[in-house]
Amino acid sequence: MDVSPIIQLKDVNKTYLLGEQPLHVLKDLSLSISQGEYVSIMGPSGSGKSTLLNMIGLLDRPDSGELMLANSATRELPEEQRAVLRRDNIGFIFQNFQLIPRLTAEENAALPMMLAGIPIADRKAKIAHLFSQLGIAERLHHLPKQLSGGQLQRVAIARAMAMEPKILLADEPTGNLDQHSGGDVVDVLETLNKSGITLLVVTHDIALGRRAKRQLMMVDGVITKDSVSEG
Amino acid sequence: MIRWNDRWRFSMQVLSLNPIRTAILVITVAIGVSSVLILTSIGEGARNYINQEFSNIGSDLLIVLPGKKETGGGSLPMYSTTPRELTWQDANAIKQLSSVKEVAPINAGTALVNYQGLGREVIVIGSTSDFLQVRKLSIAKGRGFKQDERQRARHECVLGAKLKRSLFGSQSAVGKWVNIADRRYRVVGVLAERGESLGLDMRDMAIIPISSAESLFNTTALFRVIVSLNQFSHETTVKQQIIELIKARHEGEEDITIVSQNAMMDAFNNITQLVTAAIGVIAGISLLVAGFLMMNVSYVSVVKRRAEIGLLKAVGASKKEVQWLFLQESSILTLLGALVGVALGYSLVWLANTLIPYFSLAVPFWATLVSVLSAIVISIAFTWFPASNAAGVDPVIAMRGN
Repeated sequence: MDVSPIIQLKDVNKTYLLGEQPLHVLKDLSLSISQGEYVSIMGPSGSGKSTLLNMIGLLDRPDSGELMLANSATRELPEEQRAVLRRDNIGFIFQNFQLIPRLTAEENAALPMMLAGIPIADRKAKIAHLFSQLGIAERLHHLPKQLSGGQLQRVAIARAMAMEPKILLADEPTGNLDQHSGGDVVDVLETLNKSGITLLVVTHDIALGRRAKRQLMMVDGVITKDSVSEG
Repeated sequence: MIRWNDRWRFSMQVLSLNPIRTAILVITVAIGVSSVLILTSIGEGARNYINQEFSNIGSDLLIVLPGKKETGGGSLPMYSTTPRELTWQDANAIKQLSSVKEVAPINAGTALVNYQGLGREVIVIGSTSDFLQVRKLSIAKGRGFKQDERQRARHECVLGAKLKRSLFGSQSAVGKWVNIADRRYRVVGVLAERGESLGLDMRDMAIIPISSAESLFNTTALFRVIVSLNQFSHETTVKQQIIELIKARHEGEEDITIVSQNAMMDAFNNITQLVTAAIGVIAGISLLVAGFLMMNVSYVSVVKRRAEIGLLKAVGASKKEVQWLFLQESSILTLLGALVGVALGYSLVWLANTLIPYFSLAVPFWATLVSVLSAIVISIAFTWFPASNAAGVDPVIAMRGN
């Protein structure tokens, strides 16, 4: 496995304005994550873990410091290039699935491929293969309202995997699922990680967080604990 | 970059999901486009009508007016008074020119035409046998005036079809005697039904010989002289010949104005085209209203679809892509509206032409082109700001739903 850092943060700071009060969400944060790592980020609400995930996902920019993604500095990149970098390298999985209700499961999953201009035939083949791997092959033409929570999250995983990203970012991926469905979804994510994809999971769920090989604990915008589990 | 067919499909899914919103916007644009088409078709119809009237009369005509058109000084061109009148003798001299085919001197006034107690105040034209030829009028019953010199003062008249019906009903008028003012005239002919000609209702007038008119109206001064040209005569040359001729007859004074039918036609064309364009612009205001409505609806759509926009950006859509998606939605709506508007406009014009056959409306091609293009430009301009607003949505905040 390639162990070179795919994500590097150097002295990253981020401040939001809460009314007129500045809220320092990330404080001189430095972090290095290697290709293929399985990392969980835990911490109380407001600790900055989601902001960190959005920063790594190029949805947000640091006020200062630098974020390197696959050895490319990203802070000063123009928005158009950040969009392409995000599309080609990063897959997102959200707590509330974020599927478009009017699109079928297949169309939802193929959204990043459509945005990349990939022909429809290639998209269909790819999504059919992914759905088959994720155990939802027969749900291709269903609308989101016709799917269960576990199935919705699998569709979201298929969407995240559509562009064969190097990094998967999951924000509370089991937050809206029952224990059984949540367990299945985590199994799927771990299988993907074993195939070489870097996996970052933000969670409140201690049990889920402990399944990751590397566990980060955040408090008040600072990583207070960075540990690697024995297993 | 999204493929055009995918972008099209994506937009159509959005539009078909909100059929009422889509229908309202399509109808609004359609009303704007069809308004432009219908109103400009009225202007174009008027232009065609005038052109038709001119061509009915013939384009090889010169109209000689007494008095010289003064263009120096003053706010408006004026016809100066002249010490010398334009007379039948002048008209007769013009007729001697080899370049001239027919000459119709006109002495006109209004008079009461009366038959057995039924009377109508109408325009009475005094002219010669050439009048019917130069105005392309034909006789339905009886005859016109003879070319005989002695006929010029005879108490004969030709009645327009409407005047004949008013006075005689279904009876034959030919051979009967009518009173024009205080004189008796024998009806020798009735004009064929033709309608108006350049605002002059030929159906509601009486024509009498020129000398008879001079006596009736107590003046030898002609109202104008209509001259038709020989087939190979050049308009400018003939104009100059007539000016020189009348100048010589009027002791060296150039005291007439000659207007050619072609020049009048061009002037009318210019005016009607200008009026049509002005009407089109006024109708175009409804397209602006459609643009404002589209902007408003697009703003609402951006607010309602913030989470979707955030997601699109999260999975790789650039700002430009998001902006394009919104612009394309409004463009599709506008194109649909424009197509419906064109169909509606042409259908209503066709219906109007079927119901009112004597005034034919015609949609000018430029109006179709300009209305459709304007609708597209207006929709893009008015959706630009909501689309930019959508492009600027912060994906993180949008996906949180606040």
